[in-house]
Amino acid sequence: MLQVKRVEKSYAKGGIFSKERQQVLNRVTFDCREGECLGIIGESGSGKSTLGRLILGIEKPDSGSVLFDGKKLKKSLSKSGIISVVFQNYKSSINPFFTVQQAIMEPMEITSRNTMESRKKVVWLLNQVGLPSSYLNKYPHELSGGEVQRVCIARAISTEPKCIILDEAISSLDVSIQTQILELLKRLKDTHNISYLFITHDIQSAAYICDRIIIFKNGQIEEIVKTENLKNTQSAYAKQLLKSLMIY
Amino acid sequence: MRFLKSLFKDKLAASSLVVILAVIIIGVFAPVFAPHDPLEVNISKKYAGSSWEYLLGTDQLGRCVLSRLIYGIRPSILWVMAALMLSVLIGAVLGFIAGYFKGKVDALIMRVCDIMLSFPGYVMPIAFVGIFGVGLENILIAFIIMKWAWFTRVIRTSVMQYTELEYIQFAKAAGVNHFKIIRRHLIPVTLADIAVISSSSVCSMILQISGFSFLGLGVQAPAPEWGMMLNEARSVMFTRPELMLAPGIAIITVVFAFNFLSDSLQTIFDPKLMKSKKIRTEKVEA
Repeated sequence: MLQVKRVEKSYAKGGIFSKERQQVLNRVTFDCREGECLGIIGESGSGKSTLGRLILGIEKPDSGSVLFDGKKLKKSLSKSGIISVVFQNYKSSINPFFTVQQAIMEPMEITSRNTMESRKKVVWLLNQVGLPSSYLNKYPHELSGGEVQRVCIARAISTEPKCIILDEAISSLDVSIQTQILELLKRLKDTHNISYLFITHDIQSAAYICDRIIIFKNGQIEEIVKTENLKNTQSAYAKQLLKSLMIY
Repeated sequence: MRFLKSLFKDKLAASSLVVILAVIIIGVFAPVFAPHDPLEVNISKKYAGSSWEYLLGTDQLGRCVLSRLIYGIRPSILWVMAALMLSVLIGAVLGFIAGYFKGKVDALIMRVCDIMLSFPGYVMPIAFVGIFGVGLENILIAFIIMKWAWFTRVIRTSVMQYTELEYIQFAKAAGVNHFKIIRRHLIPVTLADIAVISSSSVCSMILQISGFSFLGLGVQAPAPEWGMMLNEARSVMFTRPELMLAPGIAIITVVFAFNFLSDSLQTIFDPKLMKSKKIRTEKVEA
């Protein structure tokens, strides 16, 4: 469904007159099937978030392309409502001056003009993510981190996207709340048939939810494995990554 | 509404605002409030002490000091505020463009700002007055030309820091158009910063304009202006110090009021701080 083909990206390094560039992504190619959860694991600075931004269309790749159903779309994937995103930092994910309702309505306003219907839908969405409708008029600073992240998930699924990019979406939460959100994500995936791009540095949570896992290093794909076969990884880096994992 | 409510909880901010509003109203309706014509010369009554007829006494030409003080609000405060607003407006528009769109536009605007900011603060107005002649208008124009660059810089920095926030990234990704993002997401959060910088710089502008008038480059005699009143009182500083006190205290009061207000605005505009304040007081009560 979603295909990423030989994507490259580099950033200018140094001042205006410097020609030096830092390669962030190097010929990244993979695909994500419908209803699949694809994990992208890598250290910080490995370029996994940049990859997420490229797929969203906030930034453009230097070369290569992001295809949907084999076609390159005129508008970016996120603007056409095919892909949505949940970010890591719950503190700045919602405008502090917006109520929960306004925040969730924002992406819906672009696709539909009917405000009455969207309002009803917001209540439904809140129930979907396990929040009572009394939260409609709350402000983000009145919510806990897990609740904000639930609102962000509701906002992400409001446009009924085919795929959601979860960019470290649970990394800043407590462990107990992480599992709750993971459960929620699993449930939503089954009911709405959404595929996930689960960007994280935490192998355990990735193994919990993902069908396949991409191991990412220095802007390159080291290996793509099925979660069942995670123990039998081939590349040296993946083995090292698994070894360094703490065993409880 | 919420803004006014929290403003009136803070007594210092409320009284500063009252002082500023009172000064503005008195300045706008100066002919109603002033007991005498500020330009009316009456040599026989020069250096009169305070009486019911002349509440603050008279100056070296027998003019009513109170009336001159009241009429002096116009150039000293009102015109300064108008000039400030204009330069903040220019600064805000350019700052938003530079901070939000970044890239080449940003580089271009910033280099122009750098050029403007490389002139020392007093040189530009003096040069301007040297070319176009002495007068309040020329000083104000020179101020606008000088100050917009500074505001652009500050506002751009504030905008830049907010455009990196994730809710703006999300809005961009969702395809909300740029002007809507600026209007709904950026202006509310940067407004606090803009209010704070402009209210704190209004003080320095009031002082600078008074300074120029004190030097005789701004408002011309016989028109009343606080800085110039100070200058006129300078010659009798030791024999009639009260003549210096009136405009001096007026300037200090207004500058204080603006400073206190800008301090309080900083906390009032932040929804998070407001909430934490409330929680704290609730805890104390419990």
